[in-house]
Amino acid sequence: MTALAQFVNAFSTGKIRVVDLTQTLSPEFPGISLPPEMGQAWPFRIEEVSRYDERGPAWYWNNFSCGEHTGTHFDAPVHWISGKDLPNNATDSIPPERFIGPAFVLDCSKEAARDADFLLTKEFILEWEAQHARIAPKSWVLMRTDWSKRRDPVAYQNYDEEGQHTPGPDVEAVKFLVGERDVLGFGTESIGTDAGQAYHLRPPYPCHYYMHGAGRYGLQCLTNLDQLPPTGAVVIAAPLKIRNGSGSPLRVLALVND
Amino acid sequence: MERPKRKNPVLRTRLPTLPPAARSRVALGLTAAAALGRFELQQCRDCGTVQYPPREACQKCLSILLDWKPQRETGELLAQTVLHHSNDLFFRERLPWRLGLVKLDCGPTLVSHLHGEIQDAPAKVRIRTMLDRAGQAVIVALPDKENADMADDRQLREFTCDPKHRKVLVTDGKTALGQALVKALAKAQCELIWVGHAEPWKKFAGFDELEKIPQVTLVALDVTDSKNVRELAAEIAGKVDIVVNNAEYHRSFGIANRQGVETARAEMDVNYFGLLRLAQDFGPAMRSRGADGRSSAVAWVNLLSIYALANFPPHGTFSASKAAAHSLAQCLRAEMRPAGVRVVNVFPGPIDDEWNQLLPPPKIAPAALAKAIVGALREGIEDVYPGDVAQEWLARWRDNPKALERELSA
Repeated sequence: MTALAQFVNAFSTGKIRVVDLTQTLSPEFPGISLPPEMGQAWPFRIEEVSRYDERGPAWYWNNFSCGEHTGTHFDAPVHWISGKDLPNNATDSIPPERFIGPAFVLDCSKEAARDADFLLTKEFILEWEAQHARIAPKSWVLMRTDWSKRRDPVAYQNYDEEGQHTPGPDVEAVKFLVGERDVLGFGTESIGTDAGQAYHLRPPYPCHYYMHGAGRYGLQCLTNLDQLPPTGAVVIAAPLKIRNGSGSPLRVLALVND
Repeated sequence: MERPKRKNPVLRTRLPTLPPAARSRVALGLTAAAALGRFELQQCRDCGTVQYPPREACQKCLSILLDWKPQRETGELLAQTVLHHSNDLFFRERLPWRLGLVKLDCGPTLVSHLHGEIQDAPAKVRIRTMLDRAGQAVIVALPDKENADMADDRQLREFTCDPKHRKVLVTDGKTALGQALVKALAKAQCELIWVGHAEPWKKFAGFDELEKIPQVTLVALDVTDSKNVRELAAEIAGKVDIVVNNAEYHRSFGIANRQGVETARAEMDVNYFGLLRLAQDFGPAMRSRGADGRSSAVAWVNLLSIYALANFPPHGTFSASKAAAHSLAQCLRAEMRPAGVRVVNVFPGPIDDEWNQLLPPPKIAPAALAKAIVGALREGIEDVYPGDVAQEWLARWRDNPKALERELSA
C-alpha cells in the first residue's frame, strides 16, 4: 500500500480527524489597527452582486474586498523589511511543500489568562520540550492562548491607553525557534504573531523580524488550537497564489490522529 | 409644546403630501435665497422698486434689470383669515390654517402664512422666506418679538425641521464635532439620539461623557460596512426622524504628495459611498414617515465641506470626495423631496480638528459648527455655510468660480 493509499484509508475510516483552525471572514471580525496617518489595510467587506433578483435572476454571488492580512491569514517573508531580499519570499514563490507541516502546540492558555501581555520565553519552550518532545525541524510552532475564545471584539483586541495587550513570543524565544529548532513558522490566535506590546521589544516585533528575516512564515488569528494534541498534528496552510503577495487570508486545516 | 403622544402603533401611517410646488424659473430666485436663510426680493436697478411676486419686468417702469437683493424683514399685518376648507391635499390635512395680508416695509403687499402668536391686525410682524415641504420658498410672518416657545407653533413646524421631540441618528460620535452635535441636539430637546461609532473596540475620548446623556444610545456603525448599515437600518430606520451624517474621512494630501490611491479610496468609501449606503438603507423608511404626525421624519443632514465647491489642492483628494458627496446629496434631495424630508447640506470651512492641524486660524470650532447645524434645522435652512471662512468662500465662488479656483491653487 502506498503512503497516500494508507492516508486515504485512515481518513475514510475516521482515524484522521480534520480540525478547522480558521476564523470566519466577516466584516465583524476585528482587523489590524495602525495609526490613522499611515496607510491602512482594507477590512473585510462584502457586497452583494445579485441574489436571484433583477440583478441576476438565477444566481447569488458577492464581491468581497480585504487586505492581504485579514482574518486568519498567512505572513510571507517579504511582508517584513528583514525578509525583503530573500529568494522565494512571496505567496506565489514559496515552494508548495512548505504549506504542509507538522505542528507543535505550546499551551500557554493559563499564562495568557493571567497576563494579557504574557511573553513566551526560551525557558518555557525548553520546559515544554522536556515534557513532550523536541520540536522537529520544518514544523509549525503554534502558541495556544485560547485568545480565539474571546468572541467579543473589545476583549479580543484588548486596547487601553497604551495600545493593545495580547500575548506573543519574546526575542530569545523567536531566535531559539529559528536558530536552534529550524521551524517552518510561528502561529498565534491573536491578531499578530507578535505580542500587542511588541513594538517596545528590541528589535520591535521580533517574531516578524527574525522569522521573516530567516525566510519563515507566520499564521495569525487561528482558532481551535485547543482541539490539537501537543504533538502529532499536521497543518495544511496554503495561501492564495498572489503575485508577489506579502500574505493572504486562507483556510488553515489540521489533521489529527484519532 | 408638550411631548406629542406616542402614536398608536396599529394605526395607518398617512402618506406624505406636498403643498403646491410649481414655480416659474424666475420665482426660484426666492427659493435660492430661502435655502440659505436669506430674505431677498427682486429690486429694479433703474427705479429701485421692490417686486413681488417675482417677475420678468419691473411693475413700475418695465425695466428688465431686476436684481435679487436682501430686504428689510419687517412689515405690518393688514388683515388675517383662517382657512377651514381647501381642495389642496396638503392643506386639507392641516386645517385650520392661518393666513394674512402683510404690507412689507420695503414696499409690496403679499399673502403670508401667519404664526399663531401674531395678534389680530393691525400688528407689526417679521417676515421670512422659508422652504415648505415641497422645497419651495413661501412667505411666513412671525411675531414682532422673539420668544422661547415660538418654534413650537404648529404651522411653523411644517416649515422647519426642529429636532425638539424628534429622534436623531448621529453617524459618528467619535469626533469632537460628533460629540458637540450630540450635546447640542440633547439641549434642543431631542427625544432620542442614536450615536454611531466605528471600530467599537477602540474606546474613544469622550465616550463616558456621551453615555451619560440620557437620550443617547451608542450603536456600532461603520459606514464602510454595508451589512452593518443595513442591519442598523433594519433595527431603527423606522423610528429615525433626522439623520445627521457627520462621518467623514479626511487626510491632507493632494495628488503628488501621496503615492497610490488607498487614502483617496478610503475618503471616497466614507465620504461618498458611506452616504450612498446610509441613503439606500435609511432613506426608504424615512420617506414613508414624512407625514407621521408632529414628530415626523423631517431632515437628512450631510456634513460636506466648502471644498466641495472648489478644490483646495493641499487637501485635494478630500475635496474631490466631498464634491462627489455633494453631487450625491443633490440626488438624495430630489428623492427625499416627495416625502417632504429636507436634505440639509453643510459646507464648513476647515474645522478645528486633528486633520486641519497645520492650517492657520480661522477654523470653525466643532461646538460652533454643531450649533450652526442645529440652528439650520430649527430655522428650516437647506444650505448651510457656517462661519466666516465658509461665508467668504461662498461669496467668492458666487462672484466668480474661476477666480476662486486660481486663488485656491496659488
